Amino acid sequence: MRPFRYEHAADREAALQAGRSAAAAAGEAHVRAPVQYLAGGTTLIDLMKLDVMRPEVVVDINGLARQHGEIRSGPDGLQLGALVRMADAAEHPAVRRDYPVIAQSLELAASQQLRNMASLGGNVLQRTRCNYFRDVTWAACNKRAPGSGCAAIGGPDRGMAVLGVSEHCIANYPGDFAGALAALGATVDIEGPGGRRVIPFEELHRLPGDTPHIETNLAPGELITGFSVPAGPWTRRSLYLKIRDRQSYEFAIASAAVALDLDAGVVREARVALGGMVAKPWRSHEAEAALRGHPLTEGSAQAAAAAAFAQAVVHGEDRFKPELGRRTLVRALLQCAAMEI
Amino acid sequence: MEMTLNVNGRDHRLSLDSRTTLLDALREHIGLTGSKKGCDQGQCGACTVHLAGRRVLSCLTLAAAVQGRAVTTVEGLAQGENLHPMQAAFIAHDAFQCGYCTPGQLMSAVACVREGHAASDEAIREYMSGNLCRCGAYPKIVAAIREAAPQMAPKMERA
Repeated sequence: MRPFRYEHAADREAALQAGRSAAAAAGEAHVRAPVQYLAGGTTLIDLMKLDVMRPEVVVDINGLARQHGEIRSGPDGLQLGALVRMADAAEHPAVRRDYPVIAQSLELAASQQLRNMASLGGNVLQRTRCNYFRDVTWAACNKRAPGSGCAAIGGPDRGMAVLGVSEHCIANYPGDFAGALAALGATVDIEGPGGRRVIPFEELHRLPGDTPHIETNLAPGELITGFSVPAGPWTRRSLYLKIRDRQSYEFAIASAAVALDLDAGVVREARVALGGMVAKPWRSHEAEAALRGHPLTEGSAQAAAAAAFAQAVVHGEDRFKPELGRRTLVRALLQCAAMEI
Repeated sequence: MEMTLNVNGRDHRLSLDSRTTLLDALREHIGLTGSKKGCDQGQCGACTVHLAGRRVLSCLTLAAAVQGRAVTTVEGLAQGENLHPMQAAFIAHDAFQCGYCTPGQLMSAVACVREGHAASDEAIREYMSGNLCRCGAYPKIVAAIREAAPQMAPKMERA
């Protein structure tokens, strides 16, 4: 690991002050800024050991838990502080009862040790598990070394994305929780040198396009302080289905976050997000539109799944993934419709 | 960096590079080699310790970041010559072969019970999945946890 200066921020103001020097690197990607915030460390320390991330200053923001470490549930929705740990959100009674897709996306992720460490703010910013990105002996990685190419294209690509990819990057966004937030139309609270702003969660991450090293719309020095999930008649009838190579402690090869509001079996509202093969957290408005107003049947679920993957791009070994993704979504929708709430 | 780490109830005053992980601080600077370095990437669980009563991975934790919070390692489980019920159950069930993952398994197992995640074999398997055992002692680890769980009355335990 390269040397860095460790700073502890007692509160949000101190953290933003420390992050201000990162803002000087305007135009640079958030993840490549010389100042990085440290919460659970499960991504940052890992990638610093691998020499993929090389901050000069690490600002410990765990002290912000006093300001941004709460879960609040009310008639308007759910507020999740960015310093809430994954394990605590997964076990929160109101989250489990009213937003099961969120609880499941968290408890099916990582291990209990990692869930005890990882913050919700850090979780959504976790970086791809693409081996070509994580292993610096691969020279070509546009995400790690802009302009160097993509070693994944044409290489073993079983773990790569098929939705949202570009000719410059096919890395998969690995998170689970982000799918739940995308499906439920959450918003993100952001604080930075320029003040406070709130953006839709769907706009937090960027498609790789020709700048895959710029992964989010966060500016250097900006900090996620929390998430708001609006209430809705669909949140209780929701679930997260995760398909993976082993039964526990594994990233998704396919996943679906779904929520349904049904009226005598007819879909009043559907919320769908996909994972395991997506370049960014992926809400499928196409699948939602295909379901709305139709009875929830195997046939309508299949039509929604076909719409969700109509734009899928495959390369080689990953040819099986759109079909796996479609079947995953169909199963999730049918299970969700059968839930007793 | 000057720092004070509280490990197994004792304060240790240390002068460490900011890069030092909690795992390296424990093993190389405090001399507690019970916590093991397996993958050093947060994937195997051999380095599991308790931080303020919760299980975490010491290989992905900076030593500087845990100042002021109690760290418990496998060396802190027994009370003198009296093994913790989980340690005794691991011996009784032969819940290890080479033993390298065992300190992490023990720390994770104790936390698993305290969290209330040891009510069934299924729950134990799910909540112990972050601790890999290359010898494949999993069935005996599950059996040991099932046996130790009811014996872990709060009075027998140290924070």
